[in-house]
Amino acid sequence: MGKTYQRREFLAELLNFPGATILLGVVGPVKLLAAEGDSYDPTEHYYAMGIDVEKCIGCGKCVEACKLENDVPDEPFYFRTWVERYTVFTDGEVHVDSPEGGIHGFPPIASDKEVLRTFFVPKLCNHCDNPPCVQVCPVGATFKTQDGVVLVDGDYCIGCRYCIQACPYGARFLDPRTHVADKCTFCYHRITKGLLPACVEVCPTQARVFGELGDRSTPLNRMMRMSHLEVLKPHMNTEPKVFYAALDGEVR
Amino acid sequence: MDPEHLAQLESALDQVTGFIYPNEIELQWSILIVIYPYLTGLVAGAFILASLERVFNVKEIQPTYRLALLTALAFLIVAPLPLQAHLGHPERAFEIFLTPNPASAMAMFGFVYLWYLMVVLLLEIWFEYRADLVRWRRNEKGLMKFVHWLISLGSRDVSPAAVAFDRKAVQFITIIGIPSAFLLHGYVGFIFGSVKANPWWSSVLMPIVFLCSAIVSGISLVLLIYYVTSLLRRKKPEMSCLNTLAAFLLYALIIDLSLEALDFIHRLYESEESIEILEQLIITKLSLSLTIVQILIGTIGPIVLLAARFSKLPDELKRMIYFIAALLVQVGIFSTRWNVVIGGQLFSKSLRGMTAYKLELGGQEGLLVAIGLLILPFLILALLIKILPPWEEAKTEPEPDEAAAPESIAQPSAVA
Amino acid sequence: MDKLLAQIRGWLAALRPRRFPVQLIQLGVIFAVVVVAVFLLRKQFIPASFGELGHYRTAAVASNAALEPRYAGWQECAICHFDQVEIKNKSYHRTVSCETCHGPASGHANDPIELSPVVPEGRKPCLACHGYLASRPTGFAQIIEERHNPVRACVGCHDPHDPTPPEQPQECSACHNTIARTISISHHAPLACEVCHQVPPEHKQHPRAHLPRKPFEREFCGTCHATGATPPSELHGVDLTLYEIPRVDLSTHGGTFVCWQCHYQHAPEAR
Repeated sequence: MGKTYQRREFLAELLNFPGATILLGVVGPVKLLAAEGDSYDPTEHYYAMGIDVEKCIGCGKCVEACKLENDVPDEPFYFRTWVERYTVFTDGEVHVDSPEGGIHGFPPIASDKEVLRTFFVPKLCNHCDNPPCVQVCPVGATFKTQDGVVLVDGDYCIGCRYCIQACPYGARFLDPRTHVADKCTFCYHRITKGLLPACVEVCPTQARVFGELGDRSTPLNRMMRMSHLEVLKPHMNTEPKVFYAALDGEVR
Repeated sequence: MDPEHLAQLESALDQVTGFIYPNEIELQWSILIVIYPYLTGLVAGAFILASLERVFNVKEIQPTYRLALLTALAFLIVAPLPLQAHLGHPERAFEIFLTPNPASAMAMFGFVYLWYLMVVLLLEIWFEYRADLVRWRRNEKGLMKFVHWLISLGSRDVSPAAVAFDRKAVQFITIIGIPSAFLLHGYVGFIFGSVKANPWWSSVLMPIVFLCSAIVSGISLVLLIYYVTSLLRRKKPEMSCLNTLAAFLLYALIIDLSLEALDFIHRLYESEESIEILEQLIITKLSLSLTIVQILIGTIGPIVLLAARFSKLPDELKRMIYFIAALLVQVGIFSTRWNVVIGGQLFSKSLRGMTAYKLELGGQEGLLVAIGLLILPFLILALLIKILPPWEEAKTEPEPDEAAAPESIAQPSAVA
Repeated sequence: MDKLLAQIRGWLAALRPRRFPVQLIQLGVIFAVVVVAVFLLRKQFIPASFGELGHYRTAAVASNAALEPRYAGWQECAICHFDQVEIKNKSYHRTVSCETCHGPASGHANDPIELSPVVPEGRKPCLACHGYLASRPTGFAQIIEERHNPVRACVGCHDPHDPTPPEQPQECSACHNTIARTISISHHAPLACEVCHQVPPEHKQHPRAHLPRKPFEREFCGTCHATGATPPSELHGVDLTLYEIPRVDLSTHGGTFVCWQCHYQHAPEAR
């Protein structure tokens, strides 16, 4: 073997192939060209996510993809995103579970009681417009970017964990390897390259819709126009930028 | 990754009841963060007690004035250590001074701490001891002479004018110091009270409750230290002093209990969405440390005991009662801090379940380190007492020649 | 030497305004030195890009953005596998990304010969989405594993890139198994689906485009359940005279509500 087959060479060879013209006609050129060092201007974007609760099937693909994409520790105590299952029984009892964050899916409902309604809810950092975690960080190691994403500066974080305490959503954890706070970044390294966040990419039912706030015609804006939207814990006045359609009142 | 830590999280997973967010299995603020407000409270309390003597001229507690100042200093030196030890990156702690986030309650810690340490406590102690330091130095040799020279910053002026200025300065600093002490511990309460995500912490009363319990803990600590040091020095503690301390402690306890009760009743009456999980928290996880230790043993018990202050019991018995009451208060205040810090992390922010905290013995955040950090201030205090004896008999009187022939530097007119 | 120092001190003292305490000057000097030193040091140590855009290091944005994606995105897959993507994007799996089933494929995209993505095997990967769970949304295709052709691999009948079954289902229960199970233990068990639903034949090929008809009037239920109604004695081979059919007066019962606002037709005795 000796030399590994590199993608560029592979493509170059492919282009000599008659089928290549069809390929470029279908999907190729825009994407191919855009990948070549185009500059990214954060002031031209403002990101948000929509989650349609009625579309989530609780497969856990998003949780798995997030862990793989972002090198989140495997152990079931560290999640940038996870899926919860809500089961409301006819006697009024509400049971919530999220076995290993839902990464391996869910077992059948354990109770024999009659179920009134039941559904899945994906959770992640809400990238609040008014983020309590940023407010409390003593050194400025967590912050909101110009394009509306809340990030952690892992090289500057002192590991005091005040931000973890201040987050009403349990979206943050202390990375046991680096001893700094960690959380969802909306896959900042992907969205700035024009890709979707990993969880959105792999969601098989489009329960997760990623996009930008503003007047562009995007799936997110369409969803926000057509759905009754709710955010988590609105009384906290954190102004989340993860919007839920068909959210049940039991979800906290 | 630390396998022991993971094993601990695994076992915590088994103790979860109801539903908690998956990231909440790890309890973030350990016993070290319990110790931090406990120590800071003692500092603020001890200082406020010392101020009583100076500002409000409570003559009875005069013997404890310097002792209280040194106690405050000893505990203030140790107070930031548990915070430091708890950081994920202790070596980056200086960033708090480098780029403090003005919006962060915690970032202000550095400045409140520095203000209190440098501007209030050290200055007050310096002015208070300066004349004595100068006079002690005259009859000393070797190391102690050097230490006293260093602490007095080479000062030599003990003229009546200079000493009078010292007294005024102490008075002035104390007046600044009282609001500063309020700030120091009120601010610690604010760190917790301002976390809106946590219904157990989020309370506007938190800073005031913290402050009151600080005063309680400070008075009882000074009482304990005064009593014990008197015994160690084979001196009889002054009964009038102990009586006054006991009375103050009793009043502070009653105010503290009233505030706690107000907080409790207010929560119960407002009955917000968190009330069910907080009820569960109190009934299950905190039944021992809150109901029994904090309220019964740590507050109501001492109130009953200290009522003996107004009885006609013999002094020996009263002293014993005060001592026991002050000890119980310390236990109670420690569990108050525990119930706030640990209690606030035992339930999920989903308000649907609870987790457990297992105190480790060893390790950076274990019991041994905690005990060490609780003993350390007493060692520092012992050293401080050695260097700056706070006792009445150590105080110096102006020597006859000082007033008559002041040092040349002290009186410019003499040179001119 | 001492004399000289004393002399200097004397001069300094003379410069001082009268009665200004010496200890204050000593302290002032020390404070000034400390404050200036802290200020200078602070300037020295603040990270270069701190505070440019806000209270944070701008460099941290770049380091967050610098990570390499591991999921390439389906458009990347389509560059080579355009045929499969084209089929998939017209099928029921059009919303499913390649990497949902095949795993992260950036490595493969960069080095297609050496690194291969996962090819799912067996029934388990399909069941992750299509195994029956009560919490899954109504209408999402689900099977009960033990009942749906046990042991046989899913790919034997369904092409994962176009999962529409090659053969038309014979029974309604093939897709609507939740309803089939519910009704089988209810009082309506003897009734065939066609009693209440008219099903256009195209429904079995294009279920969404050709929906079955549902009853829309109280009177439809009334044909059996109204007082004085005379239901047929036999329906699809079931002898209805064997059953005691509950009767209600349609003019008073239920007010302005239609029957299915309170009763679930597939299990009418349930609440």
